[in-house]
Amino acid sequence: MNNEEMAALEQSIEEMTQLARDFGLDFYPMRYEVCPSDVIYTFGAYGMPTRFSHWSFGKSFHKMKLEYDLGMSRIYELVINSDPCYAFLLDGNTLLQNKTVCAHVLAHCDFFKNNATFRYTSRDMVERMAASADRIRHYELKYGRQAVEELIDAGLALSEHVDASTDGRNARAKVKQQQYRSRHGEYDPVFHSVDHTRSPYDDLWSIGETAEAKQQKKPMVKARAAQKDIMLFVIEHSPVLEEWERDVLSILREEMLYFWPQMETKIMNEGWATYWHLRIMREMNLTDEEAVEFAKMHSGVVLPSRTSINPYHLGLAIWEDIEKRWNNPTEEERERHHREPGQGRAKMFEVREMENDVAFLRNYLTKQLIEDLDLYLYQKVGNDWRVVETDWEKVRDSLVASRVNGGIPVLYVEDGDYNRNGELFIKHEYEGVELDLKHLEKTMPYLYRVWGRNCHVQTVVEGRETIFSHDGKRTQRRFVKD
Amino acid sequence: MSNAYFSLQREDWSLHRKGQQDQDRHRDKVKQAIKDNLADIVSDESLIMSNGRKIVKVPIRSLEEYRIRYNFQKGRHAGTGQGDSQVGDVIAQGRPDKQQAGKGEGAGEQPGLDYTEANVSLEDIETLLFNELELPDLADKTPDQIVAESFEFRDVRKKGLSGNIDKKRTLLESIRRNARIGSNKAQILPDDLRYKTWEDVEEPDSNAVILAMMDLSGSMGLFEKYCARTFFFWMTRFLRTKYEHVHIRYIAHHTEAHEVSEEHFFTKGESGGTICSSVYDFALRMIEREYPPDRYNIYPIHFSDGDNLTSDNEKCVKLVRELSEKSQMLGYAEVNQYSRNSTMMNAFSKLDIPEFRKFVIRDKSEVYAALKHFFSRRDGVKSA
Repeated sequence: MNNEEMAALEQSIEEMTQLARDFGLDFYPMRYEVCPSDVIYTFGAYGMPTRFSHWSFGKSFHKMKLEYDLGMSRIYELVINSDPCYAFLLDGNTLLQNKTVCAHVLAHCDFFKNNATFRYTSRDMVERMAASADRIRHYELKYGRQAVEELIDAGLALSEHVDASTDGRNARAKVKQQQYRSRHGEYDPVFHSVDHTRSPYDDLWSIGETAEAKQQKKPMVKARAAQKDIMLFVIEHSPVLEEWERDVLSILREEMLYFWPQMETKIMNEGWATYWHLRIMREMNLTDEEAVEFAKMHSGVVLPSRTSINPYHLGLAIWEDIEKRWNNPTEEERERHHREPGQGRAKMFEVREMENDVAFLRNYLTKQLIEDLDLYLYQKVGNDWRVVETDWEKVRDSLVASRVNGGIPVLYVEDGDYNRNGELFIKHEYEGVELDLKHLEKTMPYLYRVWGRNCHVQTVVEGRETIFSHDGKRTQRRFVKD
Repeated sequence: MSNAYFSLQREDWSLHRKGQQDQDRHRDKVKQAIKDNLADIVSDESLIMSNGRKIVKVPIRSLEEYRIRYNFQKGRHAGTGQGDSQVGDVIAQGRPDKQQAGKGEGAGEQPGLDYTEANVSLEDIETLLFNELELPDLADKTPDQIVAESFEFRDVRKKGLSGNIDKKRTLLESIRRNARIGSNKAQILPDDLRYKTWEDVEEPDSNAVILAMMDLSGSMGLFEKYCARTFFFWMTRFLRTKYEHVHIRYIAHHTEAHEVSEEHFFTKGESGGTICSSVYDFALRMIEREYPPDRYNIYPIHFSDGDNLTSDNEKCVKLVRELSEKSQMLGYAEVNQYSRNSTMMNAFSKLDIPEFRKFVIRDKSEVYAALKHFFSRRDGVKSA
């Protein structure tokens, strides 16, 4: 992009911002940065410009950059859920492409700001991650790069097992409240206020905690109830972790909680942004060439795939369908649901505020849509991957199931004192899809690394309850006797 | 910016190297993993069979990012058809191509399919492997071809070949001259030109000959021959890479020994009984005929399964003694998968000659240890 194009882009952004506002989108102040491709790909690999260093990010950076250099795929932009909202545009994009991207990220930012799933994400994560990265660098100097890297290897392997739900957050707040009461025994306005929102200074409350109080906390390894947040359980109860190691794991957990809503709303969020970049770009004055270029770019983005679900494609289709059905309700819908015509946009804004992917698909992926889009399920049959199901309810339910927990297996800590020996027992909530056993066996040593004692994971293999155990040297499996 | 609701900036990112730094770290780890897995890699069939392909795929387990995740192969997945999909349609063979259609924004890599096989060039592996190897006790022997010719650029002159212009010095001269006469013009006159010139250098090199001897009798099964050939494969590559004047002679034997071509040695099988003394005898005669020990470093290496004609063992011991005197190092490797009681090893185990090294290979990953055992300065790696 040359200076002339930058000036033109700035002017367009001004226009588009106004258009978006008129459409009712509500976003944070925007900070657009034009960057060269290797910077965009760095951010893409790390998920955040300021995140800590780790070889696995270098690996994905290399892979993404290579695919870009070979023309196999490209990232147009990267947008950060923060206030103000940072959007990184690719310098190599054409002016029209960057205009489209700007329209697209305005809608993303609206979604970040207003969707309920994102309510508790830290909007200052850019700075928080920078501070965390600093701490980790400090630990590297103090404890050695190797030691920190090995811990992060283990932490990243387990980091997906957190509990981002409201229940999880409430339960934790309750525990904190109890701890506070038992320590101070007095009324505390912050914890007792009904509208208790998280402040960045919450952790200051534990500063008064004495060394003895901390010591007392350690032995309570028995899980009171099944705990989904394995990371938190390990951080709080692991008998072997040093204080700095708990800190590193807390950093990984906090970052995962920040990214979690994006995993839970991929289809909605991308669909929403695509819907709005279409609407905004239609209002812009485009030359003929630009209009053709835009059409090409847009159709590339929503190109469906035979072997996966393109979130842009499916998301856009569902949003447009919602708009259509609430604008022109059927006779039946009018009578039974008292649905007034012309409520399309209002309904869309309501959905964008309240739902996540699971609810979005379950509630709004209709029979008609599945047939129109020709969605199906496929499976490995012998050596081939074949279509095995086209019945709309089965397709919808399977899609919904694949989005549960962000597509990550659900595991619970059942016992932190298994065999009365302080061993860790984790159970996989089996719902018909088996785990990748090779990966499970290779993840066990990481679990052992952070727990320090024997670890067990129970799951189902070919219809039989099976327990995988790791004792620091080997992973063994045995069947549970019926 | 005038507008507080947005700003558009382009900054200088040229010093931003974070991705590259971590990429280097990853590369280091791949190298380390190759080093750690050298034993497995060295005996990997696909590598030996690569026929000069430059890039080989090496499974490097330690670099996969393991997670608890679903088994992609066993699950059902959703796809989008073109409007007429029927149950039973084949949509992909083998692995479905998960290349995201629509060049998506987020780094939405599907977890089901991440699969790590590092592409490693044969050269990388060789560099790592050969760094650890050398011909033991290589001694200066009287000159035959001991001079290796090479050249070094050591001098700068005003006349020379235009391909060898020394750009930096030429520019310096030009700047100097211009400064002397006080002109601001940047021009290069013929007088400024400087050329790099070379001198012939003679580097002394030692003569060495390797006698690669292999038992090709009927008792040498697939596994035995595989191990022996893997060993000789790397040995050959190693010697050709690192030493300029090394002869390799291939001798095969069953009850009789004869010299064979390299190709025959690596590809053909023979049959019959085993009389190992035949090959030692053949080697001794060859040394007498062509490689006088005062002019050559001699390294006979013999691979067998140890299943020798018992009555022949005594003769073998005698010949090995004789051969050791003439050699810098005499190697005997036995491929013995099931720890059989080997008559040869029994006979040899009583021998205590510093030049004589023996090694037992039980598993194909031990080929690497054997290489290190024979091609190291001292008798470092003890055979099990």
